Parts: sequence; structure tokens; C-alpha cells
Amino acid sequence: MVELDAHPQDWARYTPGQRLFRFLVFLASVAAVVWAVMSIDVIWPWVLDAPEQMGDLFGRMVPPDFSNLSDILWVLLETVNIATIATAVAVFAALPVAYIAAQNTTPNIATLWLGRFILVSSRSVNTIIWALLFVAIFGPGIIAGIVAIMFRSIGFIGKLLGEAIEEIDRRPVEALEATGASRLKVILYAIVPQVMPTFWAVSILRWDINLRESTVLGLVGAGGIGIVLQSAIDTFNWPEAATVLLAILALVILGEIVSATLRKRII
Amino acid sequence: MLKISNLVKRYGHGEPVLKGLDLEVPGNSVVAIIGASGAGKSTLLRCINRLVEPTSGTIALNDIVLSDLKGRELRAARRRIGMIFQSFNLVDRLTVMENVQSGRLGYLPFWRAASRRYPKRDIRRAYELMERVGIAHYANKRADELSGGERQRVGVVRALMQEPEILLADEPTASLDPKTSEQIMELLRSLSAEFALPVLINIHNVAEARLYTDRIVGMRYGKIMFDAEPSRLDKAAMDEIYAGLPAEERGEEETPAPSLQVSAA
Repeated sequence: MVELDAHPQDWARYTPGQRLFRFLVFLASVAAVVWAVMSIDVIWPWVLDAPEQMGDLFGRMVPPDFSNLSDILWVLLETVNIATIATAVAVFAALPVAYIAAQNTTPNIATLWLGRFILVSSRSVNTIIWALLFVAIFGPGIIAGIVAIMFRSIGFIGKLLGEAIEEIDRRPVEALEATGASRLKVILYAIVPQVMPTFWAVSILRWDINLRESTVLGLVGAGGIGIVLQSAIDTFNWPEAATVLLAILALVILGEIVSATLRKRII
Repeated sequence: MLKISNLVKRYGHGEPVLKGLDLEVPGNSVVAIIGASGAGKSTLLRCINRLVEPTSGTIALNDIVLSDLKGRELRAARRRIGMIFQSFNLVDRLTVMENVQSGRLGYLPFWRAASRRYPKRDIRRAYELMERVGIAHYANKRADELSGGERQRVGVVRALMQEPEILLADEPTASLDPKTSEQIMELLRSLSAEFALPVLINIHNVAEARLYTDRIVGMRYGKIMFDAEPSRLDKAAMDEIYAGLPAEERGEEETPAPSLQVSAA
């Protein structure tokens, strides 16, 4: 046995140098926040005024005006269709991108970078920005909305699917290569079955996200319920704006329920 | 007949794993390759069907030189070489039938493989072979629902579906319990006789190698140190193959040695 006295009684997680460094990092973070707050131009009377304005707006919105409900519901359906079509197309377009963006399946280094470039450029641009761009190209309307959502979705689905491909079990792939199967058949039998659960989960999740994104597309003229909301606000028709907001809320909750149910079924 | 001459394999710039290996496996014999981990057994087996690319030397199966085939020709040659793996290497989410039929992938047109419309002849053969090894009633089950021994049988049937001219088995019993592993060894031996098939088995368990094979090849440091029938594997030969290794790593133990020894202080 070793003497108990030989064991030190003091223990510190960090050395003094490390503690100083951590303190400096903390100071820098505080300074960054303080500087950010000071640099923005806040009109304080408007901020302090907010509760009153909120009450005023609420008073004008209640009771909501349901007289245009059937029109609103039709546009809402259109919104759902934008999300669904865009998700369906994006899912297929994302497959080859995921394949070349995954390190273990991409044919060569050039295709790997091409795949990554497509993913990054798709993901770094927000749907609304894509929509602005496509409204300029296709003119205002549904097509611009569908293409915008599609472009953003390719990056999302492609990235997650590519990661799923990178995480597959290599051993069945080796076994099927040993049978003399061609590359395409190895993909079909050893890779596809392994990424199938991720494929469905990601597709459903993206449909759910697209449903919410397609409700704001109308604000930039790219179709969907947003157009109705925008015109109601522009004409100070607050009771109708309230109805539209309620309709969007109902849609999002419904979408959440549908995707949760599907997920449970598939996985 | 499999003929390997002067086979060398080196990974990167390191010491070669295989150092000028010569081996002939004629007709339908069951050959065990024994040796400590790192002796090069697995590399040797994978050089034969080119899952690992040999550095130099030639490998010929029934007068076809495998070591310089490329692309389509290499795939055609691989169809004739069945392989069985330590961890079975099945596709878990596919059914047993799909796993078994994937042994035919090299022969099938793409659309048939994709739509699972297998030729009647292949389906009949699959049922015959599954019946032979006792898994026919699992045809529609997913591969991950089966036990280890059953999964290895699926692996065996997948290899036999290729109508192979040789069977390579890389530690086929290492992930199985002793009883199941004996059943699989017995199965490999009888299948070798039934299909007139040479079988090359990498194996850790020397007792099983003695019991179930016709010939034992002992490897050490990428060279063949011993090559004779099991009865001639005596203490001197064992010492040469496993020199310097503690007894529990020689694969002769009936019961595994305790991995952790607690000494009374």
C-alpha cells in the first residue's frame, strides 16, 4: 500500500494561465455584446410604445373577418401544393448530388468538390432570396415559388443524405463487390437499403419545413398564402389578416401532425 | 485448381505483409490457413479475388490469371469465386431471399435486380440451397432477424448461388459460439465434397482446423511455415507458427482464458 499522505490534497481543473485565458475570452464576449447593442440605432419611444400598439392591433384584428374564408382556403391549398411539388422534385434532384458529395461513393476528387459546391451554394442562400431571384426570372407566381423552395431543399436533403451514405456499413459493399456485381448493382443492393430510413425521414422533415417556408413566399410575390396576407396588411384590412394568420397556424399544426404520423409509420 | 506464385503484398512503404508466397490448392480439398493475427491470412485471401490489390506475383484459378484482370473481366472472374466473411456481411434490411439472390448480381441484368424479378431457375436453386443448409423457412424474413449461425448460413448460400469454382472463407466461425461454429465447419466440409469445390478457410481455432480440414497451411510474418495434413501438425510445427506467443493466443484452448486476472495483493 502507498501512504495516504503521498496523495495531493489540492486539485484544480484549470491552471492559472488557463483561468486567465478563459477570463479574457469571457471579457471579449461581453464587449462584443455591449458594442453590438450600442451600435444599433434603437428608437426607444417606439420600443416603450410597443405594448400599447400591440393592444391597438389586437383590437383591430378581433373579431377576425371570415367572409373571404373560402378564397383563403383555396390559396392555402395552393401553398401546400407548392411545398409538396417542390419537395418531390428536390428529393430526386438531391439523389445524384448526395452520391457525388459523399466521400466514399464519389467517382473522383473533382466530382466531390462539385457536389460540395452545389450543397453549399444551395444551403447558403435563404429561400426568400432564391424567391426574389426566381421572381425576376420567371415573373411573379407559383413557378418562382416552387423553384425557389426546390433550390433550397436540394442542399438540405443532399447534405443529410450524403452524410448517411458516408456512415453506411462498408462490409456488405465489400461482400457484393466480391460476387462480381457491377458498381450500379452494388449501390442498389448494399447502399440504397442502408440509407432508405434516412431518405424517408429527411424527405418528410423537409416537406414539413417547406410547408412553413411556402407561407411567406407570397411576401416577395412568389405565390401562396403570403400574397393574401400582404395585400390584407397593405390595405389595413386587419380582420382579414387575422384570419390568414389563423389559417397559417392551423396549416402548420396540421403539417406537424401529418409528418409526425408518417415518421412513426416509416421508422 | 488455384495456383499462387511469388505473391507479394505491401501496404504503402511499410514491411510487406506477404513475402513471396507460393501455394497450390488442387481439386476439391478443404484447406485451413492458420497463424497469429497479422500473419497475413486475411490479406492472402483478399488478394485472390482482388478485394486487395497484390503488389506482385501471379494468382491463377483454373488457368485464368486473376492477378492482371481489369473491369468487366475482373467482375466475370469474381463471379466464380465465392466468399464468406467473419461478420457475415449481409445487407441487414433486405430479406434472406434478396441477400441470397445478391450472389447472382453479377449474372443478372440491372432491371431484373432492381425490380427483384429473379429468374425461375435462380429461385429454385436458392430454395434448394436454403433447404440444404436449413434456412428455407426464413426466405421472407429480414436478415437482421436471424441468429449468428443462421446469418452465416445465408452468407454460405449467397456464395454458393454464384456457382463458384472456389470458396474463400475469412474466419467464418470467429463470431459464432463453439457449437454453431462446429456446425458451420461441418457444413463447409460437406458442401466441398458435394459440389467438388476447393475451400480455403482462414481460421483462428486450430482444434477446428485439425478436425474439419484436409490440409493445414501455417503462416507467420507473411510466409508459409507449414503445409501438410493435420496429423503432421505437431508441437514443433506449432511452435514455429506461433513462436513467442502466449498459449491462449494459439487457438488451441477448449475454453477461453479469463481476460482479466485478479491477483491477491
